[in-house]
Amino acid sequence: MSEATTTTMTMAAAINAGLRAAMERDPKVLLMGEDIGALGGVFRVTDGLHKDFGGDRVIDTPLAESGIVGTAIGLGMRGYRSVVEIQFEGFIFPAYNQITTQLAKMHYRSQGNITLPVVIRVPYAGGIGAIEHHSESPEALFAHTPGLRIFTPATPQDAYDGIQQAIASPDPVMFFEPKARYWDKGEVNTGAVASRLSDAAATLGISGARVAREGTDVTLVAYGPTVRLALQSAELAAQSGTSVEVIDLRSISPLDSDTVVKSAKKTGRVVVTHEAVTTYGVAAEVSARVTEQAFFHLHAPVLRVGGFHTPYPGAVFEHEYLPNIDRVLDAVDRVMTH
Amino acid sequence: MTCPDTHQSNGIGRSYAREAHVDTIGPLSEEGLVRLLDYKGARHDDVQFSPYAAHLTPDYLRSFWRDMTVLRAWDMEAMSLQRQGELGLWVQSYGQEAAQIGSGHALRAPDFVFPSYREHGVALTRGVDLPSILRIFRGLEHGSWVPDEHGFHLYTLVIGAHALHATGYAMGMDRDGLVASGNADNDGAVVCYFGDGATSQGDIAEAMTFASVNNAPVVFFCQNNQFAISESPTRQSNVPLADRAKGMGIPSVRVDGNDVVASHAVTQWALEHARSGNGPVFVEALTYRMGAHTTSDDPTRYRTREDEEYWAQRDPIARLTVYLEGIGELSDQFRDEVEAEAKALGVRTRETVRSWGKPQVMDMFEHVYSQPHASVDADRAWFDRFQKSFVDTEVQGS
Repeated sequence: MSEATTTTMTMAAAINAGLRAAMERDPKVLLMGEDIGALGGVFRVTDGLHKDFGGDRVIDTPLAESGIVGTAIGLGMRGYRSVVEIQFEGFIFPAYNQITTQLAKMHYRSQGNITLPVVIRVPYAGGIGAIEHHSESPEALFAHTPGLRIFTPATPQDAYDGIQQAIASPDPVMFFEPKARYWDKGEVNTGAVASRLSDAAATLGISGARVAREGTDVTLVAYGPTVRLALQSAELAAQSGTSVEVIDLRSISPLDSDTVVKSAKKTGRVVVTHEAVTTYGVAAEVSARVTEQAFFHLHAPVLRVGGFHTPYPGAVFEHEYLPNIDRVLDAVDRVMTH
Repeated sequence: MTCPDTHQSNGIGRSYAREAHVDTIGPLSEEGLVRLLDYKGARHDDVQFSPYAAHLTPDYLRSFWRDMTVLRAWDMEAMSLQRQGELGLWVQSYGQEAAQIGSGHALRAPDFVFPSYREHGVALTRGVDLPSILRIFRGLEHGSWVPDEHGFHLYTLVIGAHALHATGYAMGMDRDGLVASGNADNDGAVVCYFGDGATSQGDIAEAMTFASVNNAPVVFFCQNNQFAISESPTRQSNVPLADRAKGMGIPSVRVDGNDVVASHAVTQWALEHARSGNGPVFVEALTYRMGAHTTSDDPTRYRTREDEEYWAQRDPIARLTVYLEGIGELSDQFRDEVEAEAKALGVRTRETVRSWGKPQVMDMFEHVYSQPHASVDADRAWFDRFQKSFVDTEVQGS
């Protein structure tokens, strides 16, 4: 697309449009997954693509996650860019071996002779009243593995740009899609990303954090599904006189320490919120980096607001289990009064 | 091409099974094994597979003999280097020379191999310089050759994981028009090597499923060397391993993996089947791991001397020696040449291994990603400063 156009669309539609643009741009881009063909995926993210690109490029695979990722690796060795859909994050574990021992390490093992531009799309996180294995947040398990890049959009714009940059990136990218945000609408400029798809530009595009709201008293770090929560919390905090700066990490690996630390030095107070289990989670990494790099600017310990150390509970409890406005504002109050 | 019935004995296999190995239904059964050269050095005919060995002139067979002999000598050299502390670990191909050299020589340039980690013989047939393999076992790096230069992927240590890569690669070859192209010389296929233990892995089952439904040109080549470290194939399966393919609709064949002629012929058939667009094939080569699993293993804890002696009589090289001698095609001069070649390779291997210094320590940060990544960059920068904070930095090789 040569001209920038702005459209309002949902995150699901933005990913769909991004996939379409990538497939039109490069015939080596393949979509692979369960029910992504005629059905269009259980979330309809691939809706219409099977019809327009055919079953050779939008491939309904056997029901075997390890097989999907493993064959995507082999196809990658022949120059194909597979975009794999894992139907729900809770079903990614049969592929965990392929992702962590093979996909993540092939470039290293081959001393750079093999690049695997595989994208793994993972609908994740909760809040949709689902049954077991359909609401979890396993991103830290992958962030702990060198060789993977991990991106999670919080807005339709980031979803649209990010999926195309993830596909263009020569490295493997895990693209975590906050499923509760699929139907949130936003403005999407569909023209700008086309000029940012070189290896370097695409990689850079999915590597950094953004300041989603400026503030001066507390830095509230979020990503994916909790960015909207953080913005809502900041709005409420502002009404009671606390200025909260919201940072949307966007990239989990690499983690953009500079943006977080810069904000931490300004505010001196940091709260991190994510849906994933708090213990050993992304917030722990953010906390460690802030402590290492902004220790003397801090007025309070870094606090974490996340999932409890329990399996994801039945949906009846999920609004207590997940970070919510009350729990985030409680943490904001605690760092303010420390 | 029809699928040979693996339960239908060709009348040859059974007569060689000693009592302890008579196992009419299990994975150690010799039922249905294709065998064209028996352990006494006698040739046999097989209606289906003899035509695939028709081109094996004495010259050709001598080249097999040479490769098998050089491979074994080199394997022993690597073993010695490990015992001398030059290698951290060694994984012998000892005993599997026929399965590897025979099948490897059925491959052509357009074909691509996904080995496990014991396929040194196949590496030899693909032109990989054998000493370079030892870089992995000296701990210098995890992969030592450029796969595309040899049509030979890096070793995969996670059992069975590469079968999916092989299948995906084969699907890619098919997409790229390298199968049933109309010019048979240009057609290619993928061969994936794995062992008996691997057949229990889910990835092998998934690879066969994906290969089957996609009609992918991949030959699953299972070397049943009778040991998954210490476990017998009877702990993996109640039926011959080749039978696993049946449920996937994949033709399978069992071959005497210590018979280089049959191993070659069957692989030739399998490759032609795959290259010409007929989809995947499963080959089970029944062989015997004459050495240990690795240099860290102790086979005396789980197998008998008697068992080893039984299989020593079925040595893959010895039977070819007997055959070639019997037809007057293994001259002393040729044997001397091969011996000299093996010795020279041994010397070169020793010298090469000992000449490898420690790589630059900063190399460990290279190639984690193809593009910059802040975590790697930060760790590299920190470690570099840390290293340079010592006065004897140069001695450390940084």
